[in-house]
Amino acid sequence: MKRIISNISLQANFGQVTALLGANGAGKTTTIECAQGLQNRTDGSITLLGEDPQNASATLRARVGVMLQDGGLPPAARPVALLRHVASLYSHPLSVDALVDRLGIGEFSNTTIRRLSGGQKQRVALAASLLGNPEVLFLDEPSAGLDPQSRLMVFELIRELRDAGKAIVLTTHLLDDAQRLADYVYIVDKGESVTQGTVPELLSESTSAQSHRVMTFEAKPGLDTAALSRSGITCEQTRPGSYRMSGSLEPADLEHFGQWCAAQAVMPTSVHLASQSLEDVFLAIAGAQEQSGLTVEGNKQ
Amino acid sequence: MSIFFSDAPRAAPASLGRRVLSQGRYEAAAMLSNGEQLVLMIVMPLLGLIALAVTPILDGMGDSRINIATPGILALSALSTAFTGQGIATGFDRRYGVLRFMSSTPLGKGGLIAGKVIAVLVALSIQVLIISVVAGFLGWRPSGVGIVLGLLFLILGAGTFTALGLLIAGTVRPEATLAITNLGWILLAALGGIVLPAQKFSDTMAGIVEWLPSGALGNAMRAALLEGRIDIFATVILCAWAAAGTMAAVKWFKWN
Repeated sequence: MKRIISNISLQANFGQVTALLGANGAGKTTTIECAQGLQNRTDGSITLLGEDPQNASATLRARVGVMLQDGGLPPAARPVALLRHVASLYSHPLSVDALVDRLGIGEFSNTTIRRLSGGQKQRVALAASLLGNPEVLFLDEPSAGLDPQSRLMVFELIRELRDAGKAIVLTTHLLDDAQRLADYVYIVDKGESVTQGTVPELLSESTSAQSHRVMTFEAKPGLDTAALSRSGITCEQTRPGSYRMSGSLEPADLEHFGQWCAAQAVMPTSVHLASQSLEDVFLAIAGAQEQSGLTVEGNKQ
Repeated sequence: MSIFFSDAPRAAPASLGRRVLSQGRYEAAAMLSNGEQLVLMIVMPLLGLIALAVTPILDGMGDSRINIATPGILALSALSTAFTGQGIATGFDRRYGVLRFMSSTPLGKGGLIAGKVIAVLVALSIQVLIISVVAGFLGWRPSGVGIVLGLLFLILGAGTFTALGLLIAGTVRPEATLAITNLGWILLAALGGIVLPAQKFSDTMAGIVEWLPSGALGNAMRAALLEGRIDIFATVILCAWAAAGTMAAVKWFKWN
């Protein structure tokens, strides 16, 4: 039997957004589908609102909202009719009209789901997951395919749900989403939870911790940046014309950067300096896993 | 906007009956609004009925053409709706994650299947009504006992073919379900003893076909509606297929 995930132990609390962060294929979806009871685990234990989700009662299912990565919406259905049907499965559903209005579904309410854009489908799937007014909400890649405006709308809604005391578990491969939304993050790689913590904790626990800075700048492509690197500082061209310096940058490095620009007769079109991001933590962890040659074999937990 | 979430009543499921009926109504509406399904469910059986009534294919079989043709065409309706139509719809629902999503709601897996069975029975009722009316205009006059027995066998047949359709839809890709159930419909309709009594071809073929669910349903329907009796052998065969199909579907059906 092939083991998909192992050694994952996670907890989601009310009033928090818990994020499972990892690359595609890391095991995030399998993990939350086990937690939802949609996939049967072969070992370990899961408790969802005090029950085992593998044999979830209708009452438990009513208390849990699920938004699947692929939507799970019938292509021939029209959004509002589908939402009204899903609402009929609950004794006290939220107002379909209010959700339709809130998520901007009205503008495509009479279009069949197969004709909707990816972002529109995401909004319908999110509305369907909220109809029962669940206490726990599983959102699998909720911002995938969303345009920037819809993304902000969805983020605002997720924060509002969190403030209303819901326990929200979301998966994402977008580090920015996790950094902006999550109260607690589990980084998943190759079916294992490799680290966890609040975003500030993850940033501060990283080896290069507080002094780690990232400077990105845009200039003409193909510049020789060897002179910008030193012990503890790397500089590389990430794509033609985009450069990234990272490490323990100090004020003297900025002065050195200015001198390098003058020597190269380079005028950057943009320069951006930031503290270490979750992306750096993630890349450092993923890189360490790669180097250790870790093989994953365990049980779904 | 927080009124949606903090002030709303606590999450709870609707009653089991309401959930299942709601799903049945939704599935039936989806089935009846699908043009291809309507052709399969209504148009083709009616064309078959009229063809058998106006051509001499059934001559010399001891009764009028329409009396022999109608039980078989009603049985064909159960095959069309429960096996082919429901199988294809379920296969694509599985592909698009609809089964997984709906089973995560208070409906659950059991409610989802119950809803599909209700949709099949609703669609079959409409088929039976239309076919019976047209057959009536063509001279079909069944006995009261025959009608009662015929309806019971249709329900048993619908259950059997629903289980077999779900078994296929839940184990192979939707494209394969499409091919298998359509090909199955054509072969069983033409040669499976459902529309035409297998004796029409040869005794050897009749001996094989009577073991098939199609042949068993066709024979049971003809015994009920032509002679007002229960064909015990056909009933046992049909029940065996229903039990085997249901057990296999429960064991091997994959929701994703």
